[in-house]
Amino acid sequence: MLLFVTRRLMFALALLLAVSLFTYLLFAMLPSDPAALTCSKNCKPEIIEANRIRLGYDKPILEQYWLFLKGIFVGRDYGVGQAAFSCPAPSLGYSYGQHECVTTLIARTFPVTAYLSIGAFILWMTLGISLGSIAALKRGRWQDRAATTFSAVGVSLPTFYIGLLVLFSFCIWLRILPFPSYESPFVDPKSFFLTMLLPWLTLAVLSAASYTRLTRNGMLEAMNEDFVRLGIAKGLRRRTILRRYVLRSALVPIVTIAGLDFAALLGGAIITESVFSLPGMGRMSIRAVVDSDLPVLVGTTMVAAVFIVLANVIVDIMYGVLDPRVRTK
Amino acid sequence: MSQPPLLSVEGLTVSFDTPDGVVHAVSGVSFELQAGQTLGIVGESGSGKSVTASSILRLNNSTTSSTTGRVLLDGRDVLGLSDDEMRAVRGRDVAMVFQDPLSALNPYYSVGDQIAEAFLVHHPKATAQEVRERVLGMLEKVGIPNPEKRIDEYPHQFSGGMRQRIVIAIALINSPRVLIADEPTTALDVTVQAQILDLMLDLQKETNMAIILITHDLGVVAEVADAALVMYGGRIVEQADVVSIFRQPTHPYSWGLLGAVGSLDTSTRGHLSTIPGTPPSLISIPSGCSFHPRCGHALGAGSACTTKVPDLRAVTGTTSKSACHLTDEQLVSIGRREVLQ
Repeated sequence: MLLFVTRRLMFALALLLAVSLFTYLLFAMLPSDPAALTCSKNCKPEIIEANRIRLGYDKPILEQYWLFLKGIFVGRDYGVGQAAFSCPAPSLGYSYGQHECVTTLIARTFPVTAYLSIGAFILWMTLGISLGSIAALKRGRWQDRAATTFSAVGVSLPTFYIGLLVLFSFCIWLRILPFPSYESPFVDPKSFFLTMLLPWLTLAVLSAASYTRLTRNGMLEAMNEDFVRLGIAKGLRRRTILRRYVLRSALVPIVTIAGLDFAALLGGAIITESVFSLPGMGRMSIRAVVDSDLPVLVGTTMVAAVFIVLANVIVDIMYGVLDPRVRTK
Repeated sequence: MSQPPLLSVEGLTVSFDTPDGVVHAVSGVSFELQAGQTLGIVGESGSGKSVTASSILRLNNSTTSSTTGRVLLDGRDVLGLSDDEMRAVRGRDVAMVFQDPLSALNPYYSVGDQIAEAFLVHHPKATAQEVRERVLGMLEKVGIPNPEKRIDEYPHQFSGGMRQRIVIAIALINSPRVLIADEPTTALDVTVQAQILDLMLDLQKETNMAIILITHDLGVVAEVADAALVMYGGRIVEQADVVSIFRQPTHPYSWGLLGAVGSLDTSTRGHLSTIPGTPPSLISIPSGCSFHPRCGHALGAGSACTTKVPDLRAVTGTTSKSACHLTDEQLVSIGRREVLQ
């Protein structure tokens, strides 16, 4: 087991290195000149050149990449003399669009994304698994049809549409919630909660839809298993059979996909954050794209990649925990 | 037999609603079973033998199937029991062994857990120590070597034969009075088949339980059963004791089945006779005797064979019952000739 985890983590590390190189080279190939973006349009050429040297964009691309990698471990100093400044380790570069270290920006925006993801995750797992179970148990009856319809609608509607729909319904039409304006939960918990409610709901509806279907199909499939019939033949209670036999075997694929979905969300829920003006990583990424703020994009891409790779490792470990057949192999 | 039967099935009829139409899986099946007796139910796939068995425990899907008739266990009709009463019967009075021992075991729990679960549900007050001892004893009884170690292993760590032993342990942990074994050896190696059958018979001697053995393998019936039912198209076509079914079969379908059994006898070597045609669709069962389209002795168009369902009746000169329109004399004489061939 330990060997398995170590090997997976080593592989993950190599993968991250490849992702970082690829991203870095990709952005370097863009036709925009980073140095020219450091100040406004009527900037003097001398200042641009000075910034180019200060931020290291005068160096060959591979050396730039090396400096970027090194910065992650030892931090990075920019410029010399009075104009010098530094981004301490782990440094992911310096945003010339927002004039801050990328790590600082991520440290500020990531918690928002994390709150959003965790809340939505809890909500959608509860909603999806409950609805899916009900649909499977009441197969063919109105409860099933309602859940399947919800699932079909939820899957087909785009996030921004659901987002705008709930925003319109709750804040403009029904007026039971204030317009979203983000506050840290440690400063103003009530305002935080009221603001996050709709984004949580939006993301949850979207994902719960596919989890409803996943749970329903998994359970229906399990119900046809011989071991479920043996469970009934043993004289077990319906509840016991559903929990220990049916739901248990539907769980493995759900956990797999849930892990990956959650990780993908931690990389930034771009659309949801934009619709609800949440200062999270997703919205920062979008702004960075518009501004061609390459260091920020490389940074957020790396963070997202770390989560996805980590989630893969965790899901693999969970497989072994959940399924004894995987454990002994 | 003067004592009242342990299990008595009367006019059992089961049909399923499917998108393609109503499947008449079982039609008017009746039989009796005494304690300690082994009844073999023989037939091709789709003959209704498995549905008959699962109806006794009410394992058929309750929303799509409809069951009529009576299944009397000690005089009590299990078809009329409430769900809670039925649960008390399942696994305690009547237990079941399935065909494929891998898919019949829950892959997520250790075999010990699964056997214990079957015991605990009917003995909720048992202590953990009692349960463990009971499970270990059962594992030993069904011939699992090294039970102390294997009790905590998972189904995939066992071989096919060992898994079937676990399934049997689950079935027998509450000492049921009736054991229904639905093709218990079909999925196993030939060498293991005999071991499993022997095991079941040994345990039967110990507890005097009755066994219903569902199989398409006449060899298995010859080996273990006291009596046999031959089913075709959801009906019983012949009912006989195990000696008669081989010595003096009284139904054309049974003749066909016996002819299709391979023999080491030199005279038939290289030639295995088959029954022409395929089993009938249970959605549109042939009129009259459902076997007539495949029967070499059918009386031809317009005869009783094509218009009237034959009743199961005692055949004079034998101890068997047969559902065939041929006369008793014909059944006896042709039957004798068929067996000799």
